[in-house]
Amino acid sequence: MALYSEKVMDHFRNPRNVGVIEDANGIGEVGNAKCGDIMKMYLKIEDGIIVDVKFETFGCGSAIASSSMATELIKGKPVEEAMQLTNKAVAEALDGLPAYKMHCSVLAEEAIQSALNDYYSKLPKEDAEVQE
Amino acid sequence: MIYADNAATTRMSDTAISTMTSVMKEMYGNPSSLYSLGQEAKEIIEKAREDVASVIGAEPREIIFTSGGSEADNQAIRIGAEIGKKNGKKHIISTAFEHHAVLHTLKRLEAEGFEVTLLDVHENGIVRPEEVEAAIRDDTCLVTIMFANNEIGTIQPIREIGAVCREKKVLFHTDAVQAIGHVPVNVVDDNIDMLSSSAHKYHGPKGVGFLYVKKGIRITNLIEGGAQEQGRRAGTENVPGIAAMAAAIKEASEHMEENAKVMTAMRDKLIEGLSRIPHSALNGDATRRLPGNVNFCFEGIEGESLLLLLDDKGIAASSGSACTSGSLDPSHVLLAIGRVHDVAHGSLRLTVGEDITEEQIDYIIKSVKEVVEYLRSFSPVWRDLCSGKAQFIL
Repeated sequence: MALYSEKVMDHFRNPRNVGVIEDANGIGEVGNAKCGDIMKMYLKIEDGIIVDVKFETFGCGSAIASSSMATELIKGKPVEEAMQLTNKAVAEALDGLPAYKMHCSVLAEEAIQSALNDYYSKLPKEDAEVQE
Repeated sequence: MIYADNAATTRMSDTAISTMTSVMKEMYGNPSSLYSLGQEAKEIIEKAREDVASVIGAEPREIIFTSGGSEADNQAIRIGAEIGKKNGKKHIISTAFEHHAVLHTLKRLEAEGFEVTLLDVHENGIVRPEEVEAAIRDDTCLVTIMFANNEIGTIQPIREIGAVCREKKVLFHTDAVQAIGHVPVNVVDDNIDMLSSSAHKYHGPKGVGFLYVKKGIRITNLIEGGAQEQGRRAGTENVPGIAAMAAAIKEASEHMEENAKVMTAMRDKLIEGLSRIPHSALNGDATRRLPGNVNFCFEGIEGESLLLLLDDKGIAASSGSACTSGSLDPSHVLLAIGRVHDVAHGSLRLTVGEDITEEQIDYIIKSVKEVVEYLRSFSPVWRDLCSGKAQFIL
């Protein structure tokens, strides 16, 4: 099918890092079912490194492929580096997306940001507890 | 490959192809030319007009050949609007789930000062004649309601609606693009004033169709130019396409009964099999629908990924999800029958042809079940539904 690149189809047919991390310390969910796309990211971060990442996605082929590619791009990376991930990088790594599907890569970027924000939001509390 | 998208288009029949190619090769004259080669082409068109007319119970001069269903819809609505305008009537009645060829033409007319009432099609996808009657006003100039819906296949009570329009002396047009060749249509018995049809929905070629306009109705042209089609549609005629359309419509009408019997049995088997998938629902009335049409919603998944995975399994189908419509909203047809956005995104339309086999139906059921289960296995929506965080709708 010429709708998507081979790379997109590969990540859609064989998505990497699918599933749930039970003891995730960063979880983010973006999108809504009304618009037809929801992405949920689970991060396991140890010593500032993303040691594991998993996703669940409700959406079209490019949404599933974008989620999969985004997890590959951040796995094993320091959180600071993951914070820099852009939708453009996700789309490029997939050898491009059709113009009207670029929002799927934006959603992937936002899902990761959301999970990282969740992780960060939990940090100060822990720090505070330690200080007490 | 299993082709289950016959509502999108059909494979051309061998008869239509051989008619088309022989006309292309032998009858290449311009029907407007006076030498024999031209006049022979002219004869082919007039013979085709007779054939098409006889299938729907019309007279040959009531048939205008067009480039397809959309052009026929556009012209029919223009005809109704122009007559209305002359009589100071600028109200048109239609339904919320018409084809865009109708809805967008009506939008254009609204911008020109017409008022449009879109009738409810209810949960079963069927218009109620009494609601048509109640909607007709003194200034209503046209009622346009499709014969059968292109997405959910529901067949409308056209004869009753036509009778209401006759009684109220309002012009009645029906977009019969999905119906012709598949269910009996007779413009006289069904009280139809104008009707649109497209050849490629019944194994004819793409790019050709026709508009039936009852004699006595003043015709407005969409395309001005030469005097072709008795001055009602300019442009050198698509002779091979018209000849092939006539061959296809004849063939379809001759085999309609037997084909419908086979397709209805296969359709019902498919509906029964897919109904066993948990949290799924058939869209549209279960029996008052086209012989080959099956349309389901599956909760917790999105239609485009479903189609791509079915394609991998060799099944060609379609969906009303936003991603396949190229907009943010899912199918207006599914929304019109009351499906909420979340559910409408997970729709699947399978429209089988008369050559479908029982083994293929079994394979489709098995494949859809597998793909739906797989997509649900990593859908956060499905997880929320199963955990009770969200409520099942279906």
